[in-house]
Amino acid sequence: MNISIKLFAGFRQNRFKMEEREIPENSTIIDVLNQLGINEPELGVAMIDGRHVTTDHVLQTGVTISLFPKVGGG
Amino acid sequence: MNKILRINMSELTSKIETAPEQWAGLGGRGLTSTIVAAEVPPRCHPLGPNNKLVFAPGLLTGTPAAQSGRLSAGAKSPLTGTIKESNAGGTAAQQLARMDIKAIIIEGIPAEDKWYRLHITLDGVSFEPADDLVGKQNFAVIDAMIDAFGPKIGVLSIGVPGELRMAAANISVKDPDQKIRSHGRGGLGAVMGSKKIKCITIDDTGAGKVPIADPDKFRAAAKVFAKALLDHPVSGEGLPIYGTNILINILNEAGGLPTKNFRYGQCDHHEKISGETMHETIVSRGGKHKHGCHAGCIIQCSQVYVDESGAYITSGFEYETIWGLGANAMIEDLDDIARCDHLMDDIGIDSIEGAVLLATAMEAGVIPWGDGKECQRVLRDEIGKGTPLGRILGNGTGFVGRAYGLVRVPVVKNQGIPAYDPRSVKGIGITYATSTMGADHTAGYTIATNILKVGGYIDPLAKDGQVELSRNLQIATAAVDSTGMCVFIAFPALDIPESFTALIDLLNATYGLNLTADDVTELGKTILKVEHDFNTAAGFGPADDRLPEFFNYEPVPPHNVVWDFTDKEIDEFWNF
Repeated sequence: MNISIKLFAGFRQNRFKMEEREIPENSTIIDVLNQLGINEPELGVAMIDGRHVTTDHVLQTGVTISLFPKVGGG
Repeated sequence: MNKILRINMSELTSKIETAPEQWAGLGGRGLTSTIVAAEVPPRCHPLGPNNKLVFAPGLLTGTPAAQSGRLSAGAKSPLTGTIKESNAGGTAAQQLARMDIKAIIIEGIPAEDKWYRLHITLDGVSFEPADDLVGKQNFAVIDAMIDAFGPKIGVLSIGVPGELRMAAANISVKDPDQKIRSHGRGGLGAVMGSKKIKCITIDDTGAGKVPIADPDKFRAAAKVFAKALLDHPVSGEGLPIYGTNILINILNEAGGLPTKNFRYGQCDHHEKISGETMHETIVSRGGKHKHGCHAGCIIQCSQVYVDESGAYITSGFEYETIWGLGANAMIEDLDDIARCDHLMDDIGIDSIEGAVLLATAMEAGVIPWGDGKECQRVLRDEIGKGTPLGRILGNGTGFVGRAYGLVRVPVVKNQGIPAYDPRSVKGIGITYATSTMGADHTAGYTIATNILKVGGYIDPLAKDGQVELSRNLQIATAAVDSTGMCVFIAFPALDIPESFTALIDLLNATYGLNLTADDVTELGKTILKVEHDFNTAAGFGPADDRLPEFFNYEPVPPHNVVWDFTDKEIDEFWNF
């Protein structure tokens, strides 16, 4: 199935800002991280449609996921 | 630190007092708020003779502990009418701490219409005429002081808006690079202006080191503390690379980035004003993406933003300022935003209040939406010169709203609401509503847990747990604000237990104490209650702990949510 991935901050280095990817049915956020070569502890926040999701979240076709490393400010 | 420097502007006298016993364990915000609560009549006019302006370095300021160089300024605020503490980096805090000055209390107002520069040395205070500085903006004042005293002179100054007692006026603090850090929020520059003080210069020649009771214990704790700062991904990596502006994209994704004066929670041009774009721009132009606001800062969240030729535009270019001008006022060009930031430093107005009031002026039709060039002109030639329009704007967001008959006016206790929409990030709404300071994100930064997943996670769109989260963070922040530490030490402290223990060990090693974590929590609670009691005596009640009504009936996209806490739920905050 097809999903869109948006990357932010350091995750963009040597990768991309936004791409569409083909992934197997029932893939989770962890599967996407593995495909991108990102270790799970590096992940700060994963969001779909502006809502935080956990790494075991099972992805539906057509979704856009946003992945952030651990960042902060204020 | 044991000396209290009391300066009387009515009589033009000063004296050194020994700090009373009950102030011994206080510094920074804890001390400024305790002094203001003890000595300022709560119902006094903030610009009148009975208000006092208090400066206090933190409990750890001047020691070699990382991040400990912040200065607190306190008074009754002319913007909010509440008690106010605003802290800043720069060099003054460490200079005062090394001079053994625990606090400066400035009281009274000169009888004559004459401006002064206060010159502080180990010998005391002299009251110098400031006629040659009046009418100058902050960078010119700082340059003149460097010419007169050399680059090591400490400077606190106000620009023209401070002289004119505008409620958005801040107090500028010279930083190690001869640029500016700011006691931004709450109009404390107007209080300094009301006392006819254009500038304070600090010459610490002859000052020694801050004494440390147990140097071995201090060194060990300082090492653990610094390691945690560098190990935590936010303070050790995210902030030094991207600065605080990394938040633009994450708040945009979460639907919590207030856009076009709080109409929307997402901004179409977010990428142009993002931390990622800013980082690339700075690196490609040869600026600095890592930079500290005071000696001893190892987080280095500041930066030096330069133009295409590599020339300085601004430093300390913060998320809140960039959000306020970029998303909320719809300015798309980061260079225009940087120039506005520089102008706000120069004329001396709070860059959060300044950004929020400019968007409100756009709402009023005074400035076209997104017109960064016109914003620069308005800052420089209207607010900076005190024209009638400039005085309306320079008195803050709430004043602009009233002047133009607006309803969508984002303020709490008349202070402009910063960069996180309270409808879609509900914890921060509780902080805005209940903070003793008016709308202030730093008072209880729930964004950490609501958005960034630091210190756990509480769903930003649900009401559950938000009051308790905000309360716990406001208590902890009041304590941290008393140490002289930068608020960003909270990121490792929330996730790495050794970091918080090391902070307590630093206090114990410096003063020969045996404080526990519970003592620090109690300190935070006591400070909040002292501030809240002052506000109550000044006439504030639960009805003031509310967000503007439009948040209740205007749903904010993309989540289309409103502010839906009941009064009873909000008032539960003070049940501790």
